[in-house]
Amino acid sequence: MLRRAGPSLRHFLLERKSSAGYSSYTSEAKMSRPLQARRLEGIDKNIWVEFVKLAATYATVNLGQGFPDFPPPDFLKEAFVRALSGENHMLHQYTRAFGHPPLVKILAQFFGKLLGRDLDPMTNVMVTVGAYQALFCCFQAFVDEGDEKAPKDGKLMSSADWQLDPAELASKFSERTKAIVLNSPNNPLGKVFSQGELELIADLCEKHDILCISDEVYEWLVYDGKEHIRIASLRGMWDRTVMIGSAGKTFSATGWKVGWTVGPNRLLQHLRTVHQNSAYHCATIAQEAVAQGFQREIELYGKPDSYFVQLPKELQQKRDWLVQSLDAVGMKPIIPEGTYFLVADISEFKSDVPEVPDSDEPYDYRFAKWMVKNKGLAAIPLSAFYCGAHKNNYNHFIRFCFAKEEATLKAANDILQKWKREKTSP
Amino acid sequence: MLFASRSFCCLGIRTYQQRTDLLSRSIKISASATMAFRHKNTRRIEGLDSNVWVEFTKVAADPSIVNLGQGLPDISPPSYVKEELAKAAAVDRLNQYTRGFGHLSLVKALSQVYERVCGRKIDPLTDILVTVGAYGSLFSTIQALIEEGDEVIIIEPFYDCYEPMVKMAGAKPVFIPLRYKNDGNSPSSADWVLDSAELANKFNSKTKAIILNTPHNPIGKVFTREELQVIADLCIKHDTLCISDEVYEWLVYKGKKHIKIATLPGMWERTITIGSAGKTYSVTGWKLGWSIGPENLIKHLQVVHQNTLYTCSTPLQEALAQAFWIDYKRMDDPDCYFYSLSRELESKRDRMAQLLQESGLKPVIPDGGYFMIVDVSTLNVDLSDVDEKQPYDYKFVKWMITSKKLSAIPLSAFCGPETKRQFEKYIRFCFIKKDSTLDAAEVILKNWNKQTA
Repeated sequence: MLRRAGPSLRHFLLERKSSAGYSSYTSEAKMSRPLQARRLEGIDKNIWVEFVKLAATYATVNLGQGFPDFPPPDFLKEAFVRALSGENHMLHQYTRAFGHPPLVKILAQFFGKLLGRDLDPMTNVMVTVGAYQALFCCFQAFVDEGDEKAPKDGKLMSSADWQLDPAELASKFSERTKAIVLNSPNNPLGKVFSQGELELIADLCEKHDILCISDEVYEWLVYDGKEHIRIASLRGMWDRTVMIGSAGKTFSATGWKVGWTVGPNRLLQHLRTVHQNSAYHCATIAQEAVAQGFQREIELYGKPDSYFVQLPKELQQKRDWLVQSLDAVGMKPIIPEGTYFLVADISEFKSDVPEVPDSDEPYDYRFAKWMVKNKGLAAIPLSAFYCGAHKNNYNHFIRFCFAKEEATLKAANDILQKWKREKTSP
Repeated sequence: MLFASRSFCCLGIRTYQQRTDLLSRSIKISASATMAFRHKNTRRIEGLDSNVWVEFTKVAADPSIVNLGQGLPDISPPSYVKEELAKAAAVDRLNQYTRGFGHLSLVKALSQVYERVCGRKIDPLTDILVTVGAYGSLFSTIQALIEEGDEVIIIEPFYDCYEPMVKMAGAKPVFIPLRYKNDGNSPSSADWVLDSAELANKFNSKTKAIILNTPHNPIGKVFTREELQVIADLCIKHDTLCISDEVYEWLVYKGKKHIKIATLPGMWERTITIGSAGKTYSVTGWKLGWSIGPENLIKHLQVVHQNTLYTCSTPLQEALAQAFWIDYKRMDDPDCYFYSLSRELESKRDRMAQLLQESGLKPVIPDGGYFMIVDVSTLNVDLSDVDEKQPYDYKFVKWMITSKKLSAIPLSAFCGPETKRQFEKYIRFCFIKKDSTLDAAEVILKNWNKQTA
């Protein structure tokens, strides 16, 4: 299952909608008063619920959902088994609420080296239930009603060519801006923000004294010799940044739901408050195994055997494979610099799915639904990743996930080839 | 400091290009250390930062201390539970995301078990939500259904998270204490009761919900059908919700029966019932719980869940599902873990009670759960010289940890501000502990008696 909520969580302007109260409840309800809290208003719809169901029903090849269909590395699975079968059955009981000590220690050590500073595992690291819950804690801890978060919509072109307009970005900041949410490498585009781009954002953060919530779950998935730069390591940024990571993406084990936050204590203390009042503890055994996974990686860092070297190498090949497949049939891929997603322009295939004037649904939603039902190939419409006002500017792209076995990618290619043949045959 | 610490090469990775760029940027003195940071926490978490567990688990972490504090079993979970997890983790696809509202095989198993217990149809897809522990269920329920300005009735003593969770939702906790109504010599959890008139007075038009915990932590009370009916009648009369925390549902001792308030007439449609894998299978570290209720309530919890952490761990859910199938098939058999665990715990309860009684104390014998409270004021430990402005029981427990190497939890942690005085002479012991732990506690208590005699 994907870790993304509907677009509302990614909405960059938090506006408090005034509500006149509810009168909607089903006929079974015997309670006569309004039930749900107003805070749920507008966030009940969720794109994944719809598209995952479609994929489950129709897809023969699923490149929609963002998770690998290959297994986690052996060393990680072995670590899990060792934790399970060891003498210490206390690994089945609660561990430290803010993070299992072996895990926070190794994370502090690892990210401390990468950031070039001493990190205290007890105060500068907090473990969460996936990066998803880390994001939730950040928003709950720092964003009050009425605050604003600055957006990051891009302009057209290819992954590195999709950029923020500096003037436009600057204009989004106001007195009420509390934070900017940065996602690099970026899902869905695959953009890896450059030094200059990050400095632009950092300058604005400093100028307006705002927080940066930096979602870096794909930090190891960068291609073509690119480098992932951590905005927290830029001047002036450590004190105002919460960096978020994910074991699911790092170790191809999305089902383990282990994530973390790294940042200064004065920010993390508030995340701890949210965490201790919402989930409180995270599962112990998975944390133990992830700690061992990191132990191995810290020893192999930069070496050819490192999973953080091998995984991007493997994924780059898959990326190139899929790019080729799509290009060959006329879907125009935007070559991603990172992540395991790529976005393709489906304009040439529009004839298959006619425009419906005045439709409520963005074109790419209809296209993706038609494609999974008629071609058995699942993908996700790009406009799902945009706020309401911008959806129609980006409604001719769909997102594919290429963290898939060769056989899956080959099957996708077969579908695409057949589709093209059907289009061009007399 | 900033620049020097960035110039590392020890990892053998390429040095960052940014170093030279940083140096060429106009260098201001790093203002971060000195700038007045205007960003504080949000209003919704104001005042919710302190937490009894954070305080006491740290203090008791020393392995030389006999830890009867936090509700954490030191007995092993049943071996088949551990085996199922090993099996699940070996299946590749079970290491990836599963269904957000609950792994299919788990919600199906839960629906079967609870259909049998409740005597009604439970739809696994719409009537159940799997969460990160019962804690996560409480959070999802409160965030989904409690509005700012609502009132929520909380029975004291209460599991400590109820109050901050209600406050975080912008609502007002309204407390009502259980009152001890017995002059007899062997206090039991059944002697702690709600005053019906007092309870009725707490309900008004703003009351959105009452939180019920049965079997009760910390007292161990198992609410009777009559007691539940009083609560149910008020919920129906005032059209309120009931959030029923039943994590200890299987741990009821001889002569007692756990009754689900949701099975009382008129209650299913207004009740969320919460359960816990951690307490059911002695695997608190798995952090899996569930909410069960009518679709029109559960759907709102699902919305919260999809916007907070989306999905729970796959291999753990699969293993839990398999464990449930094993026990579901033997629910008519006394060997079913749901019953065998409570038998095991009953003897530990009796032993714990005896140890405390032999030390001259009067423990409140619980009818359920794995906690026991005891009035320590009779020990006359003078802590007036301890400067801290904390209730007596906090000071007592801290003193007991340092000087007796035995830990417990102070009961006033489970009370609202008005009743702290009433409960500050009680401490809570957890007895889901292996024999050697209880042996060690016995030694301490026997020696204590000698010293104070």
